[in-house]
Amino acid sequence: MTQTDARTGIPALLQELRGLLPDHVLVTDPAERETYACDGLAAYRVRPALVVLVESADHVAQVLRSCARHHVPFVARGSGTGLSGGALPHADGVLVVTSRLRTLHEVRAQDQRAVVDPGVVNLAVSKAAHPHGYYFAPDPSSQQICSVGGNVAENSGGAHCLKYGFTAGHVLSLEVVTPDGEQVTLGTEAPDPPGYDLLGAFVGSEGTLGVATRATLRLTRLPEEVRTCLAGFASTDEAGAATSAIIAAGIVPAAMEIMDALAIEAAEAAVSCGYPEGAGAVLVVELDGPALEVEGELEQVRRICREQRAVEFRTATDAAERAEIWRGRKSAFAAVGRISPDYIVQDGVVPRTALPEVLREMGRISADRGVRVANVFHAGDGNLHPLVLFDADEEGATGRAEEVSGMILDLCIAHGGSITGEHGVGADKARYMPRMFEPADLDTMQLLRCAFDPDGLANPGKIYPTPRMCGERPRVVHAADEPAVGGAEVF
Amino acid sequence: MTIERLLAATCAVRPAGDEDAVDGVPSQVVARPASAQETSALLRTCSAHGLAVVVRGHGSKLGWGRPPERVDVVLETGAMAQLVEHSRGDLVATAGAGMPLSRLRHLLAGARHELVVDDLAVGRGTTAGGSTLGGAVATNLSGPRRLRAGPLRDLVIGVRLVLADGTVARAGGKVVKNVAGYDLGKLVTGSFGTLAVITEVTVRLHPEPSEVRQVHALVPRGRLAPVLAHLVAGQLAPHTLDLHARPGKDVRVSVGLGGGPGSTQRRADLLAAELSAPGLAGDAVAVADPERTDLQEVAPVVPGAAPRSTDEEVAGRPTLLTVTARLSGIPELVQVANDHGLTVTGSAGVGALRATLPEPTPVPAVLEAVAAVRAATTGLGGSTVVLDAPPAVKSALDPAGTWGPVPGLELMRRVKAQFDPGRTLAPGRFVGGL
Ligand SMILES: Cc1cc2nc3c(=O)[nH]c(=O)nc-3n(C[C@H](O)[C@H](O)[C@H](O)COP(=O)(O)OP(=O)(O)OC[C@H]3O[C@@H](n4cnc5c(N)ncnc54)[C@H](O)[C@@H]3O)c2cc1C
Repeated sequence: MTQTDARTGIPALLQELRGLLPDHVLVTDPAERETYACDGLAAYRVRPALVVLVESADHVAQVLRSCARHHVPFVARGSGTGLSGGALPHADGVLVVTSRLRTLHEVRAQDQRAVVDPGVVNLAVSKAAHPHGYYFAPDPSSQQICSVGGNVAENSGGAHCLKYGFTAGHVLSLEVVTPDGEQVTLGTEAPDPPGYDLLGAFVGSEGTLGVATRATLRLTRLPEEVRTCLAGFASTDEAGAATSAIIAAGIVPAAMEIMDALAIEAAEAAVSCGYPEGAGAVLVVELDGPALEVEGELEQVRRICREQRAVEFRTATDAAERAEIWRGRKSAFAAVGRISPDYIVQDGVVPRTALPEVLREMGRISADRGVRVANVFHAGDGNLHPLVLFDADEEGATGRAEEVSGMILDLCIAHGGSITGEHGVGADKARYMPRMFEPADLDTMQLLRCAFDPDGLANPGKIYPTPRMCGERPRVVHAADEPAVGGAEVF
Repeated sequence: MTIERLLAATCAVRPAGDEDAVDGVPSQVVARPASAQETSALLRTCSAHGLAVVVRGHGSKLGWGRPPERVDVVLETGAMAQLVEHSRGDLVATAGAGMPLSRLRHLLAGARHELVVDDLAVGRGTTAGGSTLGGAVATNLSGPRRLRAGPLRDLVIGVRLVLADGTVARAGGKVVKNVAGYDLGKLVTGSFGTLAVITEVTVRLHPEPSEVRQVHALVPRGRLAPVLAHLVAGQLAPHTLDLHARPGKDVRVSVGLGGGPGSTQRRADLLAAELSAPGLAGDAVAVADPERTDLQEVAPVVPGAAPRSTDEEVAGRPTLLTVTARLSGIPELVQVANDHGLTVTGSAGVGALRATLPEPTPVPAVLEAVAAVRAATTGLGGSTVVLDAPPAVKSALDPAGTWGPVPGLELMRRVKAQFDPGRTLAPGRFVGGL
């Protein structure tokens, strides 16, 4: 898409940046650049031509202006925990790393706001807000390391977004540098700024519209009461039915998570979480809110689980027991390493009501291909995280696992779902976008891209497989192109 | 050939009457496409012939924003009003843009589900039908209960759009959690019909609470700040936290609670007792609320919106502002607005409110009030938009006077130029004269 010539683009750009930025922010050493070759999706590796460890928004603007002048692509990188290759560098491009932008400017509890730099780690925001009785609601499992900038770019969620929503609902304003190097503020500290919701469009755009350099976040009041319970079931069918019954009862839990037998086995092996022995599935439900409400809801959940033939039901009585229940769930991804040398973390969404059927079909695919699939999912919103297990040393195993992983996405699409609920499209799933969207849909999304990034320099190749060049499609319809409507000039 | 005959090949068309004028700008025809395909054919023809198109649901908020520079075609969404799907187990519904919110509410009630949006234009528009779903999305309609469920932009999970060149496109989907591709649903929410015609919307639903209670308190001005601070910092998880402030009167603060049977009443009683403590409101009452007075009594800001309202200031066509501020700045905002004769209503829990000035106010006084409130909101991290006003006021304002400072305006121009380069859709109605 870009016509960069590595031999002229980068050297010229580098020469220019040396005059503009302090030397210590420019990483040119090949071995050092290599350490940035991948994000959380290690299957893809590309060594960036240049890495800039920016120390201010002005640095970002300088870099992007130079990139525009020399027609060099750039990729933003936060903590590099993304699981779709969103921060995969461009071989002829600049990697803009925000990890030195770690200032947490302010926490204003009375306004329920925090103002942070993009490299600030997700959990750091909640930690800073906690003494005031607040927290930052989006809680990806990677929250101890992932950055707010990455959260914004991926519109990250977490177990608790069932009730509290994704990052998009918790960002009020962003300072961004657009691909032409302009510094722009999107949104205001208060909600409903006038004009188009460019803030809403920027969140989740995976670094393809520019680089966020500061964020004003909404803080959420800590709930008065939190109750966590765990139910063991014979199979995911019963666990799924319990989930549906809880929703049908009008309860909106803070989180509702299911793990299947294989995922439980892995978690036990890794952290001995003591989940009910022999259970084919566990359901973790967390309820939060005013104490008077939570007690009633917990009773309902208990009753529903019993009705759905739970083999065991436990309620945490204190914070330690609560952490114990979550330990198995939170360790699940990493734990799978205990039962399989390699695995693919998939991320797909189906309507909640399609969960039982999709899980059964997934079971069939798994049996059919001889590829084990462990399932951990955000049951409340139908967001599946199948872990496709394989041994890369075994001949053909990697290919089979990738095939199964792709078939799972097709299942999601066939059931009216999505190819990603929170990990993003990135480099990994761009090729699936045409299966989920029509060409006209993708072209229309591209219009937004063209408004921000007409030269296609911001994270090219991500999200959209083969975007049209901006201006390639005639946007203005001319009467002459229309079927003859003789005499139309009369009016 | 007349426009009517030209467009008749694309969809149902009739000549426009006086009542079809858009904020005083007369239209030539009213077109009523019955599908995205018909909308596409219509828009393509309009684009080709340079005809300006304004989308209308029930017309309840058609006066909002700037009057369009010109109108040739009013595109009515009324023939796209069907409920496409209500997926009960998924708490998701898809409906045509012309679906009236009141009808949607009725259709969802059987499952005890609701789209949590408050129709502040109840009783307005053609046949007094209130807002349509498409109109609500296009104006990012916002009411008290967004404190509970978020603004409408967070509830829209999928859209079908028709661009001015006739392209039919979809974004999002019908699952609540979905990050595949740009969120064009957010982009068109609040775009006042200037980027694309929304023909279908998929929304996230919420279960209706089993019990709803309201706690009302009349708060002396001097105590507004501590009362609001107390409520904001509380752990009540209220569904609404609204205020209604008239010049020279005590401020009425209303808290809406929703939850389980019995527990909600108990929480309301506790809150009323708490607020009645000396130093806070002094006198608060909890009331059962089968009729949703949170909508009807506390939000009489859109003319005619409140059948039971006795507010004299909503008669005629008042000047209607949206005003926003950081939470701790709301008492100051209220004071400035009240000092300039404005009545303020809205969500003190979110920081998005509306202010009204009665129609007979002389134009210079209105402009002065707008300037004063805008200066206050700018200083408080928010904004002031003149959403609606009598013609004399509107013509005294330019786009900058209507919308105030718009962060990112240049980018917005570029977005408009990409989506609607021929300025077919509601030219001039939106920020920066887009
Ligand atoms: C163990 C593990 C668990 C995870 N669990 C979850 C989970 O529960 N929920 C979830 O949603 N995700 C999860 N993730 C994925 C990942 O952590 C999130 O996507 C996270 O938000 C990425 O943040 P990051 O700082 O690591 O971003 P990076 O990986 O560095 O970048 C991600 C994307 O953001 C862009 N980007 C980064 N910074 C900026 C910026 N300042 N401006 C513009 N674009 C920028 C990049 O270009 C890239 O496209 C998990 C990952 C791991 C490894």
